[in-house]
Parts: sequence; structure tokens; C-alpha cells
Amino acid sequence: MSIDVTTATAAALAEALADGTTTSTEVTQSYLDRIAGADDQLNAFLHVDAEGALATARAVDARREAGEQLATLAGVPIAVKDLIVTTGQPTTAGSKMLEGWVPPYDATVVTRLREAGLPILGKTNLDEFAMGSSNEHSAYGSARNPWDTTRIPGGSSGGSAAAVAAYEAPLALGTDTGGSIRQPAAMTGIVGVKPTYGGVSRHGVIAMASSLDQVGPMARTVLDAALVHELVAGHDPLDSTSIERPVPAVVEAARRGDVAGLRIGVVRELGGEGFQPGVRAAFDRSVELLVKAGAEVVEVSCPHFSHGIAAYYLVMPSEVSSNLARFDAMRYGLRVMPHDGASAEQVMAASRDAGFGDEVKRRIVLGTYALSSGYYDAYYGSAQKVRTLIARDFEAAFEQVDVLVSPTAPTTAWKLGAKSDDPLSMYLEDVATIPANLAGVPGLSLPVGLADDSGLPVGVQFLAPAMADDRLYNAAAALERLVDMPRLEEIK
Amino acid sequence: MNERSSTLVPFEDALTRYEPVMGLEVHVELNTATKMFCGCATAFGAEPNTQVCPVCLGLPGALPVVNEKAVESAIRIGLALNCEIAEWCRFARKNYFYPDMPKNFQTSQYDEPIAFDGWTEVEVDGEIFRIEIERAHMEEDTGKSLHVGGSTGRIHGASHSLLDYNRAGIPLIEIVTKPIEVPGDKAPAVARAYVNHLRDLMLALGVSDARMDQGSLRADVNLSLRPSGTTTFGTRSETKNVNSFRSVERAVRFEVSRHAGILDAGGSVVQETRHFHESDGSTSAGREKSDAEDYRYFPEPDLAPVAPSRAWVDELRATLPEPPAERRKRLQSEWGFSDLDMRDTVGAGALDLVAATIEAGASPAAAKKWWLGELARRSNEQGVDIAALPITPQQVAEIQSLIDAGRINDKLARSVFDGVLAGEGSAEEVVAARGLEVVSDDGALSAAVDQAIADNPDVADKIRGGKMQAAGALIGAVMKQMRGQADAARVRELILEKLS
Repeated sequence: MSIDVTTATAAALAEALADGTTTSTEVTQSYLDRIAGADDQLNAFLHVDAEGALATARAVDARREAGEQLATLAGVPIAVKDLIVTTGQPTTAGSKMLEGWVPPYDATVVTRLREAGLPILGKTNLDEFAMGSSNEHSAYGSARNPWDTTRIPGGSSGGSAAAVAAYEAPLALGTDTGGSIRQPAAMTGIVGVKPTYGGVSRHGVIAMASSLDQVGPMARTVLDAALVHELVAGHDPLDSTSIERPVPAVVEAARRGDVAGLRIGVVRELGGEGFQPGVRAAFDRSVELLVKAGAEVVEVSCPHFSHGIAAYYLVMPSEVSSNLARFDAMRYGLRVMPHDGASAEQVMAASRDAGFGDEVKRRIVLGTYALSSGYYDAYYGSAQKVRTLIARDFEAAFEQVDVLVSPTAPTTAWKLGAKSDDPLSMYLEDVATIPANLAGVPGLSLPVGLADDSGLPVGVQFLAPAMADDRLYNAAAALERLVDMPRLEEIK
Repeated sequence: MNERSSTLVPFEDALTRYEPVMGLEVHVELNTATKMFCGCATAFGAEPNTQVCPVCLGLPGALPVVNEKAVESAIRIGLALNCEIAEWCRFARKNYFYPDMPKNFQTSQYDEPIAFDGWTEVEVDGEIFRIEIERAHMEEDTGKSLHVGGSTGRIHGASHSLLDYNRAGIPLIEIVTKPIEVPGDKAPAVARAYVNHLRDLMLALGVSDARMDQGSLRADVNLSLRPSGTTTFGTRSETKNVNSFRSVERAVRFEVSRHAGILDAGGSVVQETRHFHESDGSTSAGREKSDAEDYRYFPEPDLAPVAPSRAWVDELRATLPEPPAERRKRLQSEWGFSDLDMRDTVGAGALDLVAATIEAGASPAAAKKWWLGELARRSNEQGVDIAALPITPQQVAEIQSLIDAGRINDKLARSVFDGVLAGEGSAEEVVAARGLEVVSDDGALSAAVDQAIADNPDVADKIRGGKMQAAGALIGAVMKQMRGQADAARVRELILEKLS
């Protein structure tokens, strides 16, 4: 049996590798060729590590040859968002601040990939320090949407999304602080999952907002995402916020895909005003399909979700202002000497001014202000209360239903530059994804087809209680079988 | 500037018009094997930047993990200071930029300290003062900056600075008192006694080396004055890193004099941090504390809350050593020491040495005699701490046991001390090598006694006449002949036998 290695799913590749139909070297080389051919148009990768990926591939092939028992995904290549630190490859966080910095250690998730024998193809583009919903805030130029390269791929994990959608990689890791995995997944027609907060180690993931950040899989199918999820999830003693409980049975759930009798809640507050008609229509069709498949669909209300963006834009920048303080030119990264004999303080100021882009500065300033003495209670304190209220909305909703469902994003991919001068309208893109981050619950975006109005991919988001990530995979796998999601045939 | 325009008022004079109010902040570096939030070693004096990792260097992506041993030490310190122990508390980030702080925030505790609302007692001139403890909280130390090229070693005038991050992330406990309001004349001594007491406590707990000279115990002295008889606190100054017990006392005295000078001149004290100068006991202005200093504290999102179970706290309570004051009271009564004996012993820094000597078999009187006499004299002569003398309490007890057995006498014992201190071996070995054992062989002694009687017929007659106290002169003569190495008791017996 032959296999088209670049369009095959990761699960199919894993099988083909296991039964000797192909080799990791062949698969990895095919993807590297595809990157070489397509990435000029896409700018999805900031760094490609052909040598390292092929070395891993050959090693895995040799081990397989020797009859060793290997991990399921051994030999299947993966791309890693350039916010996640890797030895042997630079990690820039999409910022000039870290241009050329090669970390001396691996993130825990990268260690897990290495241990399982996944060749790491390279590091993918992102909005600087993961701050943005379009990839336009990358210091290295925006990645492009393979469905229409004049459009954004979403963000901040836009490089990972574009790479997977355009068959430059079968799998990728992204990070999601307010929707940074799910929204670009929706924009590019792939699957993206933000696991339960604490479900996957953050050790080695350059922090944007520590209480919200989470690493997750990006893939072309629900099962593929589950395979990566299972591999990278689980307790890490190097991350105090990682949960010491067994990883939910996500792979089994992705294989099951049965919504008969499942109680599904449509969130009243997510999907009305401000949502593009084509998105709304695609979402409604999906809900009908779920009903036909036997799900009990009801409408539920989460009244505090409407305050999500306001709370997010206080909590996130506050943490950003502190997390990004370490970039001071003293130990690593860009150093600018404003003049001879400059003081440490002047070097710090000049380096931060030159190294950070506007969006990063905007959030640092917002956060510094929000944490200031006299404003803390009104801003950070109130925002934390809203988080609690949103978490209670989820709790109440999950007493009535097993999973919640909404459109992932209010719009399909927009033209590059269309929202660049209007940060606020960009912030509104995250309205449906932010509540999950604020409450720490898991979310999954599934591509459900193309919007009638724009002809671009639409994503549907599933949400589940904390540590019930398996429910997302079960529900999404069921819907995945029923929807009419066309394949991307060529990069336009 | 207030400093230039006002004069110092003599301490005693200042106290006629003002009352000092003090607040002491003491940082204790814990002696855990690893740092507060990572596995790096904490040994003092290592080559710069050799005890570092991604976490304590604040590399992108690195996350802290709390050192459980440090939490344990913090709880034990809190309990020893009679504090409440929080059932649930968090770390917080204290945000400010400084090159020796790798993350540009210090992971500390803010409004949720691990220990709070405690008290302890210190003794000054036999009087007990109760010090209320506001809180004891956990935090991490910063790195060290070495300013090169200037004359002062301070940043002013330096051409460049070197950074050593070995100390970054070493666990610290900051112990903060409530305002201390004691009679002004006692304030300097109370401050000193308090810091000394904390040192004793840390050593008794075994949680820190508590060495002020190495910075593992650092004191900040907050001080304000108010007109006598009033209750509102004045503006305070904060004198940083006062690095000896004596300096704590001097810093209080100096700041009282300085504040009084400013207030007398109708000026107002500036709220600021000040540097203490060991050379002349003065302080000088550091940075001004103003509203500009906003640390933007918020709960550390990278760390799970610390929630010590009550069972664990009780377990730790059971490991507490006897409080130093109670121990002193107990030992004084066990040893039968007078208040003066006890004060001398504590004052000489010999309490633990005396206790260990008694434990090794010496009588309390003998232990005190040697440590406060012979050995205190030698430590003074050599200008070293008595505990630093190269002799152990066990060796002192061994020397005393040789005396008790009649094998050496007090005079010979001094030679034995010489030998032991010179590293010639154990007391037994010194006695053997130096030939110091007293002669109790009746043959040799008898001959010497006969000689002494013959040389001193008048004295012999007196003894024959019943004046037993005259025997001393003959004993002295025998000892002289025997070069001190005679068993005085046996000599006396022989004299009395021969002359009765």
C-alpha cells in the first residue's frame, strides 16, 4: 500500500511507519521538501531544522529496524511554535528581543517529543510573545493563510496553523492564552485544542500570562490532535501549576466519537451580535448535525461571559508586564548601548525600546498601570472577581450539559492589515475563546466547512469541564464525521 | 539638605525631649541545601555564577518550584516566634528593575505571610522586654553586584559592574517586628539584644548559619522620634544592612541623635533608606522612599498556594528546641549559678560551651571556672571568639577529670591547656608527652617531705605544736622541690604522719 505522506493524517503515518510502508526519513524529507516549496508564500516557519529533524528520523528508523518498541507517533514529524524553548534551535518568541537566542534547555513538552522520537521540523511564526490574533505582530513578518495568502492565518499560533493546514507539517504545537490555538485553527480549517489549565507542562514555554497560558496540539484531524495531546500532557514536577492526575483518555474518546444522548449546550451569549452571518450559518448547520446524531441540544446562558474580554485585558497585561520584565539586556537577548558610559538603567530602557514591538509595549503599559498602587483593586482585583464569576457560569452550565458549543471566532480570516489600526476590534476576535482561559477549562476548535459569505473556513468550539478534555474529543470526532469540510487543494 | 543644616544632638540629651520608636526587619538566609525555587546549590563563597540554572537566572520559559524544606524552616521559625501559621498563603511578585535581580521581580510574600502575629522576649540588664512580631515571610535573595572602577565600591563613580547570581534565589525569611516602644535609654541595647536573640534562635533551630559577617543574618533598623509623651509616630528612616550586633546598637544611637537634630531645628525627617558606616557609626542617605516606589505586587501565578496541613504544623511544633530564655533559666537552676554567674557566662558567649562541658562530665563550677577564667583570658589575649579556640568542651571535661582523679593539679592543668590548644593531642597525650603527671609515689614524696622538714625546723615545730594550718608552708616547699608535680593531698598526709 502506498501513501501520500504529506497529506496523510498523523495516525495514518504512524501506522504506515509501524508496518514498514514508509520510513520516518522519507516522511520527514517529504515535509522538508514541502516547506522548501511552500513557505516562501506562507512564512509559517521562523527556523527550519532539516538536519536535526532528519537525524531524529534516521535514529527512529534504525530503532524500528532493530525491532524496538516505539511510541505511537515515533517518526511522525512535528512543528513547534517558536514560543517554546528548544536546544539546538533558536527560540525568538517572534521578537527582535530574542533574535538568535539559542536556549540552553528544552521545554518539558519538547523533551516529551524527543523521547517519543518525533522529528522537530522547525519553529513556527507567531505574534510577538504570542500577543495578537492575526500574526501581524510578528517581528519577522506575518505568516499567511494558505486558503488565501492575502489573509491572516489567525494568531498567535498562526505559523503552526498555516503549516499544518498547508501540509508543511502533519502536526504542530501551539500555545493558547486567550484563543491563540483555537482561533488560528478556525481561520485555517484545522483542529486546535487548548487543554485544561495545568494539563500540559508550561516549563520552557515563554510566559505571556502565566495563569492563562497553555500548550496544545494543532492537527488536521481530531484523532491526530488527541495523539499529540496524550503525548505531551501529564504532571511535570518542574511546573507547580501542572495537575497531578491521570491524563483524560483523549485518544479513546477521539476514536469513539459518539454523541447519542450527549447533552450539548449552545451558549446564548456567544454567537449573536458581532458574529459574521456566514459563521453563524455554518455553526447552526453543525448544531443540526449534532441533533441528528442523537445529541440533546439546549440553550444555556453564561451571563458573565460578556465581561470576559474586559477581565482578560486586565489580567493578561498585568501578568505580561511582570513576565516580560526579565528581558532587560543584562543576561541574554538584544542589547542596545544608547551611548558610551550608559548606566544599566539606560541600557535596559534603550534595549526594551528597540526590542519590543508596539503591541507588546501597549500591553506592558496597560498591565503596569493596572497593577499600580491605588488602581490594583479596581482593575486587577475586579478582573479576578470576574474570573470567579465566569468559572461559576461554567460550573452552572456543566450541571445541565456535558459540553458547551459556540463558534470559535466571530469572523473568518480577514485581509492582512484590515484591523491593524484598530487594536480593539482585534481584541474582540477572542470573545468566544477567552472564557475558557479565564476559567481554566479546556476548549477545542473543529473545522466545520466554509462560510457561505466569505468562502473561508469556519470553526466550531467545544468546551468541557476541567480535566474532562476527553469529552471535547468525543463530541468533535462525532461532528467531524458529519461535516462537509473540503480539503485545501492548493495554496491560493 | 537636612543633613548639612542640622547638628547631631547627644543621645542622652535627645531623650530628654523625644521618645524613639523602632522597627526591626531581619533577613535570615536559610541553610537549605538548594535554593528557594530550583535545585541549585547554596554554598557560600563558590566561584561566581557556578551555582545557577535557567530558573534562578530567570531564563525565558523557566518556572519556579517551591523548596519544601524552606517552607518547613519558615514554619519552624514562625512557631519559635509564637506566630500564627497561615492555613493558606501565596507568594507574590515584587516588581522592580535591578540588574542583580534576574526576573526583575522578587518572588516574595506580600499580604499573605506564612507566619504572623507572634512575639518573643529579650533580656537587657536582667529586665525582660517583649517584642511583638508582625510577620515572618518567605522570599528569595537577589544576586550580587560588584561595582568596579570606583573608589568606594558603590555604584557611584564605578566604570562597570559585575553580576554574580549564585546568591539569586537563596531562600530568605524576613522577620518584621511591630513598632518597638521601650524606654529610650534602653532602645539601643534592646535592638541589639533582639538581633542577638534571633541569631541564637536560628542556631538553636538549625535553620541558618546566622552569620552577620557573611550576610546570612542582616538587619534593617527603622527608627522615628516623637516628642516625649505623645503617641503619634514620627517619620522614620530605614537604615539598611547593619551587619554586626554592635552596629545595630550604634545605628539606633546615631539615628536618634540625627533625627533629634533635624527636629530641634524645626526641620522634618525625610522618609528614606540610609547606609550605615562601620568606620564611624554614622549613616548617610540612600534612596528616597516616595510614591514613585510602587512594587506592583500581585499573587505569583506560577506557584501553587502553600497550604501547610495542621498535622504537619503540629509535627514541626514538636521539633522546636527549647526557647533560649527558658533554656537559660533551666540551666541556671540546674547548675546552681547565681544571676551574676549566668550573666557572665552568657556575656562571654560561653553558655553552650559550659553546657557541653558539663554534659561531658565536669561539674558546673569546674566548667565555669575554666571557660570564664583560663580560656576567656586566652580568647581575649588572642582576640578570637571563645568558641573559636581550638579546644572542645570534651577536652576541657577530660582535663578536669584528670584533676579530680588527682593525676594533675590546677597548676599542671594550665600546661595541659597549653598543650591541647597547641594541638599536641588529647589531655592524656599532653600529660604523657610533657611529663606532667603528679608524683604520688610515696618513696619519692617521702624523701622530699623529709628534706622539707629538715630545711624548715621552725615550721615543723609549729605543726608538732598543733598548728596544722602551718602545713601549707611545708607543702609549698615540697611542691617546689617536685617542680609542681606532686599530689598535694598526699604530701599533706605524709607531713602530718611524720610530725604527729
